[in-house]
Amino acid sequence: MHPQVILHSFGYLTQAAGMTLAVSLAGIALGFVIGAAVCIARLSRRAWLVRLGGVYVSVFRGVPLLVLLLFIYYFLAKFGVDVPALAAAIGGLALSSGAYQSEILRGAINATPPGQAESAVALGFSGVEIWRRILLPQALRISIPSLINEFILLLKASSLVSVVGIAELTRVSMNIASLTYRPLEAYVGGALFYLAINLGLAALGALAEQRLAGERA
Amino acid sequence: MDFEVLWRYAPSLLSGFGVTVLCWGAGGALGVALGFLIALLNRLRLAPLRRLLRVFIEVFRGTPFLVQLFLLYAGGPYIGLRLSATTAGVIGLGLYSSAYFAEIFRGGFAAVPVGQIEAATSVGMKPFDVLWRVTLPAALIAALPPIVNMLIVLSKETVVLSIITVPELMYQMQTMAAETFTAFDAIFAMAVFYWLLVEGVSRLGRRLEARVTAFMAEEARPA
Repeated sequence: MHPQVILHSFGYLTQAAGMTLAVSLAGIALGFVIGAAVCIARLSRRAWLVRLGGVYVSVFRGVPLLVLLLFIYYFLAKFGVDVPALAAAIGGLALSSGAYQSEILRGAINATPPGQAESAVALGFSGVEIWRRILLPQALRISIPSLINEFILLLKASSLVSVVGIAELTRVSMNIASLTYRPLEAYVGGALFYLAINLGLAALGALAEQRLAGERA
Repeated sequence: MDFEVLWRYAPSLLSGFGVTVLCWGAGGALGVALGFLIALLNRLRLAPLRRLLRVFIEVFRGTPFLVQLFLLYAGGPYIGLRLSATTAGVIGLGLYSSAYFAEIFRGGFAAVPVGQIEAATSVGMKPFDVLWRVTLPAALIAALPPIVNMLIVLSKETVVLSIITVPELMYQMQTMAAETFTAFDAIFAMAVFYWLLVEGVSRLGRRLEARVTAFMAEEARPA
């Protein structure tokens, strides 16, 4: 072990970690929007929306992320749709994560007592208000442990976006390994950054859980 | 596409698919069981135990599966733990996924209205019955979709086992591709096999969900 290799490349790794974090956070946020929309579609009373949501989940949960990324970046270009690398990376992560997040949210909303939505209807809440003020806050509290699971998986999966040419943490660790001939140090350095970000995500989840639990009391 | 090559390698591909399904099934079952146990132990409210379980979860959730598998398979012998590649693979999958399953169950338990558990206890149900007939079904409504999510993620994670020479689908595919120079056919066949697996898992999940919902409806009906 030569820990100084990690110290020397600390600047590169920090920069790459910033890229990993940015791509992942954008993917998580966009994925959440998609997930919420798909979840609402699957729980709606319109049969075609339910069907459409089901197909979305089946396709994007079934297709490996790597294939999805290559498809967006290389295959769409064949048809004249030139997607920039960063957009392809974030879009791929979001499309895939949206499918998983919609299932997590669907389970959580099914677990909220039906009487609550019914009494909200009886009190004259509009459909949007019921979702925003009654269902989503409770569903969020129930689903936070699973959502944090998904965010951590997404962060680790973000190493795949290097295939569309994004210099994120894994790619930069590989570059450092081939520059210095010290793969162990380079990858341990990269892994430490991943662990640090994941611990941060988990801490954020714990905080959110505490806040939402406090609101209930 | 060269179907003749695929046909010739069909026995080894099928046996690889069998090993993949076996490792996924055994690893997933171990992970669900261990995760459920961790979530139950978490409910005991013993502060030192909870802290210990938290560390377990953060370590196994926060580090890549490949690293854990290497440590178990290559590092195990240093502490006298000699495992065959397949055993190490199953145990590795189980330990890795248990951290995720534990969190899913914890979220599921949080969704159970406290009043239901109190009511069940006050009508004299035994703790095991309360868990089995009240807490678990209500928790599963929230927990089943994420459990199926995780099982799907886990089925894709089994390809990593090929690196420690478990003769699963990926391993057989790579052997075929290397021996016959048919990389495209191998990838095509692999996509079909894994899609079959994922589709099977989601169907299983939907059936389980329907069963839990039916059970809840049955219980809710006034006798």
